[in-house]
Amino acid sequence: MLCSSDVLLIGAGITGCATARALSRYACSVIVLERGPDLAEGATKANSGIVHAGYDAHPGTRKAYHNVRGAAMYPELCRSLSVPYEQCGALVIGFDENDRRTLENLLQRGIQNGVQELRIVERSELLAMEPALNPDVLCALSVPTSGIVSPYELAFAMADDAALNGVSFRFNEEVTGITRLPDGGFLVRTGAGEYRCKALINCAGASSADLHNMLSGEKLTMVHRRGQYYLLDHAVSLPFRRTIFQCPSVMGKGVLVSPTVHGNLLLGPNAEDIQDPLDTATTQAGLDEVLRKAALSWPKVSVRSNITNFSGIRAHLPQDDFLIGPVAGCPGAFEAVGIESPGLSSAPSVGADLAGMAAEWLHCSVNETIVPYTAPDKPFREMSEEEQRAAVLRDPAYGNIVCRCEVVTEAEIRRAIRRPVGATTVDGVKRRTRAGMGRCQGGFCMPRVMDILSEELQQNILNITKDGGESRLLCDTVASFLEGGSVHD
Amino acid sequence: MTEKRVDLLVIGAGPAGLAAAIAAKETGIDSLLVLEREKDPGGILRQCIHNGFGLHRFKEELTGPEYADRDIARAMELHIPIRCGTTVLSVSSGRKVTCVSPSEGLQIYQAGAVILAMGCRERPRGALCTPGTRCAGIYSAGTAQRFVNLEGLMPGKRVVILGSGDIGLIMARRMTLQGAEVLACVEIMPYSSGLNRNIVQCLQDYSIPLYLNHTVTEIRGRERLEGITISQVDENRKPIPGTDISFDCDTLLLSCGLIPENELSLGAGVRLSPATSGPVVNENFETSVPGVFACGNVLHVHDLVDHVSRESALAGKAAAEYIRSGAAGAETIQVTDGDGVRGTVPQMIHRNASADIDLMFRPAGVYRSSAAVVRCGGEEILRKKAMIYTPGEMAVLTLKAELLQRLPDSVLTVSIERTE
Repeated sequence: MLCSSDVLLIGAGITGCATARALSRYACSVIVLERGPDLAEGATKANSGIVHAGYDAHPGTRKAYHNVRGAAMYPELCRSLSVPYEQCGALVIGFDENDRRTLENLLQRGIQNGVQELRIVERSELLAMEPALNPDVLCALSVPTSGIVSPYELAFAMADDAALNGVSFRFNEEVTGITRLPDGGFLVRTGAGEYRCKALINCAGASSADLHNMLSGEKLTMVHRRGQYYLLDHAVSLPFRRTIFQCPSVMGKGVLVSPTVHGNLLLGPNAEDIQDPLDTATTQAGLDEVLRKAALSWPKVSVRSNITNFSGIRAHLPQDDFLIGPVAGCPGAFEAVGIESPGLSSAPSVGADLAGMAAEWLHCSVNETIVPYTAPDKPFREMSEEEQRAAVLRDPAYGNIVCRCEVVTEAEIRRAIRRPVGATTVDGVKRRTRAGMGRCQGGFCMPRVMDILSEELQQNILNITKDGGESRLLCDTVASFLEGGSVHD
Repeated sequence: MTEKRVDLLVIGAGPAGLAAAIAAKETGIDSLLVLEREKDPGGILRQCIHNGFGLHRFKEELTGPEYADRDIARAMELHIPIRCGTTVLSVSSGRKVTCVSPSEGLQIYQAGAVILAMGCRERPRGALCTPGTRCAGIYSAGTAQRFVNLEGLMPGKRVVILGSGDIGLIMARRMTLQGAEVLACVEIMPYSSGLNRNIVQCLQDYSIPLYLNHTVTEIRGRERLEGITISQVDENRKPIPGTDISFDCDTLLLSCGLIPENELSLGAGVRLSPATSGPVVNENFETSVPGVFACGNVLHVHDLVDHVSRESALAGKAAAEYIRSGAAGAETIQVTDGDGVRGTVPQMIHRNASADIDLMFRPAGVYRSSAAVVRCGGEEILRKKAMIYTPGEMAVLTLKAELLQRLPDSVLTVSIERTE
């Protein structure tokens, strides 16, 4: 099967979704190819969820430019898409005079990058601001404009907005080859089909260097840096109101302790360079390291209320900066490579630039008929009593609580599956609705979510997966397994 | 929005809620309502299709659904209204209960007394912090039990069970009978937390090896589970290098403990015990919030439903008495855990209590030829010997009411002591 579009965008993580949304504002046809079964399957679903203020990146780098510009776009972007975002502020803490020098440097960098309200805070004020902090702390860089966001929920909203405005998303499509066509366009092959396009955009995250190397003679080597996390239950009262960073090192920003927009507490990440860009396993050594380092910020660290552990892969380039713009020696191709931290903060800015470059290449005009985005209804758990009553009257499925830990209703799950780029897996429902995100980790609601998915997608329940591919949750029916498939035969 | 008044509101129509409602109704409480979030009453018993229920209470061996049916039939006979498909969203300290259902919408009840009977939930993988991939094929034993017994669906073919709690043991047998291969049951402690009869009938009878002092140290498989590694642990429960055993399996069932489901209780301001994770109660099963009672697995995790029913009937009677006569006044005796004892219930007692009181607790380890002892002001007031005390079986000491009058002090300490 051959499909054609003006733009082919590869990768549906946060950068790809931001770019897709920005492209939908131009009069061009866009197809997004994603290797995974859903949006936000790579680093976007497994990072710290911080919208960095921009004090960390060296002035003059692309990281600094896009971070500061992207962070400034966040409040309005998240408001217009009804995505949870909160400017909770951050503290980068130091324990000795060495650290103080590092913090002074960060302060200067931040000022040069144009970050507002930065200042150094001393111990007594610090402990009043955050009483759970290690009392051995000496001083900290206070960053009031640092924010937190739900990265995958932002990706979902931007993708839905893009899809409403004509962008087509194709999943389980891994690029296997690219051919330059005589007319200047590209022919892209995937496991499932072939795509022709005039402009190509690489937002392939952990695979972006591989894709770059298919297109350009100037080869890149990428380092895959894994970071592991603990996510604690929100039933626990949070020890910190702000994100607590330690002094950064060459391996990154270090282990943080941060509230999430949903009131959970996040600990992590460590940083280890690994070979396999898909290896998102956690390890005992990695988790132990996170705990040990988190204890430096939070001496009373406790993971008794741990909900889950996960890890994410950051795509690191040895030159330590993003590579954004036209692909060298390959006109019509554009790229965002090496998008590690502050990639989430930068995504709105990177997306706008990449879309602008592709539109200019294609000479396309502005899309005059924007379909306004309507956010999903407010989550049932956040409604007032009156709103809840009205919701159940409007749709009785609001009266059926499917996930009891996070109070998610059948109505919200059905709507999540019916969104423009809807959920097709149990994890897809979880990330869109929070069903299964709570302390029982889906033990109670998973069978019910599977029933609803099976009904909505008109799929046999045996084909419902956790997260696409071969991640099937069931192997057979009891009756047919006993008849034919029993392993004892 | 208008509130409906009801004398007694019971949250949960499992064995605890049903027994409590029946007892309250039998003592003459007519204005009562049971709320149940599932489509049918019976609670977790609905999916426990094995037998062995009711030996104490009915002197016969029933399946879970059969046991539940007896209480449901009695509740019907007494015309106790049970509203299924209804989830309670919150309980206030003033006993205002907000619930929702598709058919009735959002409803608010002002209750004279509330009985918390929400049961418990299983500890998930996250609580264990087991490293590895996050693939499909890892379920709590109860979720697998629901798939197999209620929905007729097989979660997997080659199974390892982590934890030797009763549901895990029962599922080892169930999965084997359904044609799956159960490779091992792995327990981090030096003893099983399950009932001995389940070790024999569910593992030994099917030659399923039980690895004590072992835990899962790695989970493999990108999409679906492909294998796990278990390792022996030392006395601090840390894995010992070089003791790895690898299994190829597509399913890992977790049976690593049950936690009382007390989110609603916390919302009501009920004080919880760190030892039981359930409410702190007095001998009437009344919590720290006046008029709010708790019984069954939401109070403390039981081994036998027979004991749940007995405890819950007492809670139902006590709630009825509260509705008729109001608060019983402050408790004057405190019950604490001594050596070898965890989570004694009740934690508070009225000195003028008129009936005998069962002190229920879990041994903190395995104790052979030992005695459970209650002391008060340095004086031994009760002693009960047993061949063995083990964490897998809840222990009970009955305290005679007349003993309460002449206690030398206001603190009772329950402990397990070695006998010569």
